[in-house]
Amino acid sequence: MATGLDSRAAASTQTDDPDSQVVRFGPDAPLTLDCGVSFAPLTIAYQTYGRLDDDKANAVLVTHALTGDQHVANDHPITGKPGWWDLMVGPGKPVDTDRYFVICANVLGGCMGTSGPGSVDPETGKPYGLDFPVVTIRDMVRSQAMLLDHLGIETLFCAIGGSMGGMQVLEWAVSYPDRVFSVIPIATAARHTSQNIAFHEVGRQAVMADPDWRSGRYLLEGTNPKKGLAVARMAAHITYLSDEALHRKFGRNLQDREAITFGFDADFQIESYLRHQGMTFVDRFDANAYLYLTRAMDYFDIAADYDGQLASAFLGTPTRFCIVSFTSDWLFPTEGNRQIVHALNAAGARVSFVEIETDRGHDAFLLDEPELFGAIRGFLDSAARARGLAGHEAAP
Amino acid sequence: MTVQSPRYNDMAAGSQTGRIDLLLVAGMIEPGSRVLDVGCEDGALLQILEDRYDIDGRGIELSQRNVNECVAKGLAVVQGDADRDLTDYPDNAFDYVILSQTVQATRNPRAVVEEILRIGRRGIVSFPNFGHWRMRWQLMTRGRMPVTEHLPMSWYDTPNIHFCTIRDFVMMAEEIGARIERTVALDARGNRLDGNASLRRLNLYGEQAIFVLARNGA
Repeated sequence: MATGLDSRAAASTQTDDPDSQVVRFGPDAPLTLDCGVSFAPLTIAYQTYGRLDDDKANAVLVTHALTGDQHVANDHPITGKPGWWDLMVGPGKPVDTDRYFVICANVLGGCMGTSGPGSVDPETGKPYGLDFPVVTIRDMVRSQAMLLDHLGIETLFCAIGGSMGGMQVLEWAVSYPDRVFSVIPIATAARHTSQNIAFHEVGRQAVMADPDWRSGRYLLEGTNPKKGLAVARMAAHITYLSDEALHRKFGRNLQDREAITFGFDADFQIESYLRHQGMTFVDRFDANAYLYLTRAMDYFDIAADYDGQLASAFLGTPTRFCIVSFTSDWLFPTEGNRQIVHALNAAGARVSFVEIETDRGHDAFLLDEPELFGAIRGFLDSAARARGLAGHEAAP
Repeated sequence: MTVQSPRYNDMAAGSQTGRIDLLLVAGMIEPGSRVLDVGCEDGALLQILEDRYDIDGRGIELSQRNVNECVAKGLAVVQGDADRDLTDYPDNAFDYVILSQTVQATRNPRAVVEEILRIGRRGIVSFPNFGHWRMRWQLMTRGRMPVTEHLPMSWYDTPNIHFCTIRDFVMMAEEIGARIERTVALDARGNRLDGNASLRRLNLYGEQAIFVLARNGA
């Protein structure tokens, strides 16, 4: 594993010069953000897999979660680990790159090459830090639409993503109903709950309490609030799992010792596991990006723009929906997903809804869940037939 | 895989193509319609409708396992409860709303039928007829709740909690102001009884019934 200093350099390098395709939009094509700022220049770093058909009808946008990135199905340039969704995306996988042209962009505000707080502000020649404008999920989606324009793709066959990625997918359906034929929002919600805002605030306070955060100016001052970010990650990671899964995996097992030590070392395996999660996370993630992206999720509330009526946001939508939740996900519980289903029914939308039984909590969407894969295969096959995509006429 | 307790035993229906009532229901629907199948089980009817009749079909099903199976087949099905979740849907959202062997398993059949006539221009309701002579005979001779080939479960196991007869259903339709547009009764072998037969005869010899309903004035 890379040492702290090396990995810091590696992460910065990915922010400035990512191992990805990159598109730059200059001052002539600014992105108008929800906060009112006209943002330019804008850089978007993205990966693609598979081949775009001549009629450009087979494009699938994968949207990533809070701590994900564009490296869906290739080895990660910093960690060297397989892509975060290589169980779902690839040749012969449910999102089959032999059939579909898959695009995934690093989100606006991220730290893997798309413009974010760690990017260099061309006006000052220094990283934006907290001068970067606060972005929203809708801003992310607008920037993705700019990427599609750049690629010459008018309509997505499908947009799919989990958690914060699911929020983007829902926003796609609301903002661009005519540009997305089908959507698969997984383990998500139409608005961030008070409890989830609370968890995010704990994470942000942990980052900001680290003296190395330097009021957000750590890149300029040559420090890195690793401890704060690691604590934020540790707290958040608990919310991605479930009591049952933690018990099954760790129980009260001790870490490399026969008995408790009457001290504050990591006596328990779960402590050691969480510390490891925190430490490896800071090698690939930027603390300020964590603040911005959690904030974007906090601000997410689709119904807010429709007098509190979620159904109004989807009225008359031509898009096909497949909503997925997991029984043990207490961060984005089934009930929140069901509210989306109710709203879609009320709006007359074509909607499928599966709840997958698993004890693996919120993170289940990233894991090997055959029933999830079956549902997504079936939904995509059916949508592809309805869309008349080549090679789907005889799909079983 | 857990075995779902069937509301109606289709293995006994004696047809190569599956449940004969599903095919009959499918034939009552105009091609190109928007259809909601309430209690769609494994999606057999929706599949027939989408494959053969070019229909925009949706389903609601109580069992999550059935729902997941439907979605894996590419059907637009959501997990939901006929008694609770029909209120979500706006008025006249569908051309047809179907209750196929479902109404007798709901907690409040009358309210459910009223709901399907609110959200659909027409409702199609099929159910096992408890007025069939074999049911009457069993109850009379044995003094016990009837158990048949199609309804093989004991009273304490069955998901069917609100059995009715054809005559009961006709009277309820009258009470809620629904117009009966068609009545079809099938005998034990799945053959249609003469449509001109009296209600008394349908109620005695029909093992199951299919009604097409519309709101009065609609």
